[in-house]
Amino acid sequence: MSAVDTLHSGSLTDAHAHDHHDHEDLPWIRKYVFSEDHKIIAKQYLISGIIWAVIGGLLSVLFRLQLGFPDADLTWLKPLLGEWIQNGKLDPEFYLALVTMHGTIMVFFVLTAGLSGTFSNFLIPLQIGARDMASGFLNMLSYWFFFLSSAIMMMSLFIKTGPASGGWVIYPPLSALPQAIEGSGLGMTMWLVSMTFFIVSTLLGGLNYVTTIINLRTKGMTFTRLPLTIWAFFITAIIGILSFPVLLSAALLLVFDRSFGTSFYLSEIYIGGEALHNEGGSPILFQHLFWFLGHPEVYIVLIPALGITSEIVATNSRKPIFGYKAMIFSIVAIAFLSFIVWAHHMFVTGMNPFLGSIFMFLTLIIAVPSAVKAFNYIATLWRGNIVFTPAMLFSIGLVSFFISGGLTGIVLGNSAVDIQLHDTYFVVAHFHIVMGSASFFGMLAGVYHWFPKMFGRMMDERLGYIHFWLTFIGVYLIFFPMHYIGIAGFPRRYYSWTNFDAFNSFTDLNELISIAAIITFVSQFIFIFNFFYSIFKGRVSSLNPWNSNTLEWTTPLHPGHGNWPGEIPAVYRWPYDYSKPGSAADFIPQTIPFSQTPESNFPHEKDEE
Amino acid sequence: MISVIIIIAIALILSILYLVFRIGVLTNVLNGRYHKHVGIGNTVNSFLFIVVFVLGILAFYLSFESARDKFLPDAASEHGVKTDLLFWVIMSVLTLAFLITNALLYFFPFMYRFKEGNKAYFYPDNHTIERVWTIIPAIVMAGFVVYGYKEWHAITSPAPKGAEVIEVMGKQFAWQVRYPGADGKLGKYHYRKIDAVNEFGIDFNDVNSFDDFLPMELHLPKGKPVLLEIRARDVIHSVFLPHFRVKMDAVPGMPTKFWFTPTISTEEMRAKTNNPNFNYELACTEVCGRGHYAMRYLVVVDELVDYEKWKASQKTWASLNADYVATKAPEALKDKYLKDFLTKPATDTTLVSPVNTDSAAVSKMQASTK
Repeated sequence: MSAVDTLHSGSLTDAHAHDHHDHEDLPWIRKYVFSEDHKIIAKQYLISGIIWAVIGGLLSVLFRLQLGFPDADLTWLKPLLGEWIQNGKLDPEFYLALVTMHGTIMVFFVLTAGLSGTFSNFLIPLQIGARDMASGFLNMLSYWFFFLSSAIMMMSLFIKTGPASGGWVIYPPLSALPQAIEGSGLGMTMWLVSMTFFIVSTLLGGLNYVTTIINLRTKGMTFTRLPLTIWAFFITAIIGILSFPVLLSAALLLVFDRSFGTSFYLSEIYIGGEALHNEGGSPILFQHLFWFLGHPEVYIVLIPALGITSEIVATNSRKPIFGYKAMIFSIVAIAFLSFIVWAHHMFVTGMNPFLGSIFMFLTLIIAVPSAVKAFNYIATLWRGNIVFTPAMLFSIGLVSFFISGGLTGIVLGNSAVDIQLHDTYFVVAHFHIVMGSASFFGMLAGVYHWFPKMFGRMMDERLGYIHFWLTFIGVYLIFFPMHYIGIAGFPRRYYSWTNFDAFNSFTDLNELISIAAIITFVSQFIFIFNFFYSIFKGRVSSLNPWNSNTLEWTTPLHPGHGNWPGEIPAVYRWPYDYSKPGSAADFIPQTIPFSQTPESNFPHEKDEE
Repeated sequence: MISVIIIIAIALILSILYLVFRIGVLTNVLNGRYHKHVGIGNTVNSFLFIVVFVLGILAFYLSFESARDKFLPDAASEHGVKTDLLFWVIMSVLTLAFLITNALLYFFPFMYRFKEGNKAYFYPDNHTIERVWTIIPAIVMAGFVVYGYKEWHAITSPAPKGAEVIEVMGKQFAWQVRYPGADGKLGKYHYRKIDAVNEFGIDFNDVNSFDDFLPMELHLPKGKPVLLEIRARDVIHSVFLPHFRVKMDAVPGMPTKFWFTPTISTEEMRAKTNNPNFNYELACTEVCGRGHYAMRYLVVVDELVDYEKWKASQKTWASLNADYVATKAPEALKDKYLKDFLTKPATDTTLVSPVNTDSAAVSKMQASTK
């Protein structure tokens, strides 16, 4: 892949070559801890994300024990949970804390920071041909704000009154009143402080991603030659920049209500034997503000995973992604729509029913671009020459989840049906498949695929296969039966259902779900072993192990700061020239000019001079 | 001691697994398997997609059959029957889509798995196909929107005149209901009037308050529209009547409502489900704290005649708590409504102590207001 054989802007290269030298001499702490190198920052995000994923998963196993085996004696957990275990039972308030923290951790710390933070940072400069992010310093700050936010959230798990426990959506008044639930005391304060830093981190990261993609693309890398990963990260960052500030404002008003006696969300409350002074506020206002972030957040989590999948499916099917432009349009359409559907989370809050019908209409429109994406993935597989790397397996798994979970969203988007299904396990099943598992699979696919670029070594394939099949089957075993439980009407966030005749069934199904959850959780340690083992002892990778077209595979095995030792390669074609008719090899990297491939060029394809 | 043994055992098992893995890697290196671009694993994985798909569909079918009698328990309201139909119509279309797309998604990997010498088909786009599969979902969605809007509009339109008005109030952690009594009008309330006795904060300056009654169960008339006026007094709760397909949040400071028509009485439902102990229930579906999962309230659907009889038999709350109400109501209303029920002279307000209450809570509350 002789990429650097053409004319190039010399001045830029010289400047960077100089830069490059400086960084080699950096002290250890600047190189690996307070690093401004996007690749190191990406790894920091990834490892933090893995740690959070284990904690978040462990919390879910704890409450699944309660739900699957309500009569079991949990005294053996006392060394871990201390006073949260009373008489061998999980404390009901701690149960709510577990659910809340599981949601918060998974949505924000794993699937937002761990996914976007890792792959946007790692891939944007490498795939667009840039030396680093537009601002390495802000990028470093972005990680360390995230770290601070993580530390505070982590500490809140260990305080006496427990972490925030009003659900990850922290609806006031429950989250505003420590009288209502213990977790709304110090735990909630720490949640709000932590999330504030988290939002700062996300904004710093997002601004950097957008600036870098717009300004630092290498020669020839037009927007229509960007890999779909970059398109996905680009749109995701824009969604984040537009929606996270709204969460910050919602949180800020909540802080005012909690600490300074204002009444933004509180009105006419009598609690703990006294009437509060607050009048005129609206708890529904918070829900509008929260879901104005909350719904786009779903796509902030999902779109990067879809981008990663597009890249991996095309590479391993040895085919161009079907409908490249349709893929971009559908991402943009989904991103746009994601801002105007938020109230479908609020059909039964007493909101004006007419608004309900508008939001039903807008919500169901999202099904169209989503369907286009699903069809395009399937069409890409059609008549491919498919290589099943672990990354490819996880990508196919993602498409399956995207379809299954997306379809149930159409049911929930219908306001009349949502009356019965709202806040039941049907909703839990729906979003865990389409947003939780699909995004998680995107993240795993990304790690398997770009591990050789990150660490210069390969992960073990067979362990990857075992990990995939256990997780894939496990996820369906956990979440498919949850639909049944939801259709039967079981409400979510219930510590136990035995109080009700209507919900006093399905104990066998709940047991099955819990066992599947535990097995799936334990299987993740296969991945964690594989990950850390391969960093040190994996086979040394070749330069382009998947025979991929994109730019990152033109860097050295261990790219230093600045990524390319010499000039940045120029780009001449789109990234999906796989199995092009006439070409001997089944891939043509983006750095090969058309002048070198006369045998496979289409009539309109020639180099722009 | 046992835990130490367990830890040692786990450590041993893990190290054995590690050794097996390490030996596997080394034999692969010796056999030169890593030199191949695509190994036997590729074929195995492609077959597994078929196996998992077939077994998965089988499991789907069997589990569905065994669980279906618990799905959507018999709808006991007029709109419930309609939304259930809507649900199943949407669900059948989606199941079809689910089966087709997943079948393709699992069979393509099998059919087009890597074969040495094969070349993939370069097929970057086809506008006709793309247009078709954009338009088809759009048409289906349009159908769902129209159908769904029709039902939603009917459910959320204003309650018919003459609907039975009942107030449902959520608090941590119980539901309470209030009926308007003989005059058909609920008395006013204000949250500052709430105390340990007057949990609804009923305003006894309002003449309509005196015949309101607060039963221990929610009784509903069969065949007559019922309008629930819903509120909460501390945090958000949500009224969920699973058999009636009713759900509406109870929000402090923002009253909400939901109307529906019950169609099956409790007795009829007992016969229908072959369960002599069957009862309708009211649950909470918005997380509200420690006791969220235990906010059960009994619901009874009576034939219209029985319902009227039951209503007539209920004593007004003012009469049951006359001594308390006497301290809150103006003289004129007191003389008119309370004098038969007072146990102490109404003028002696200093001696009045609330009836039927937890006196400790009251004194604590009074202390805190001072």
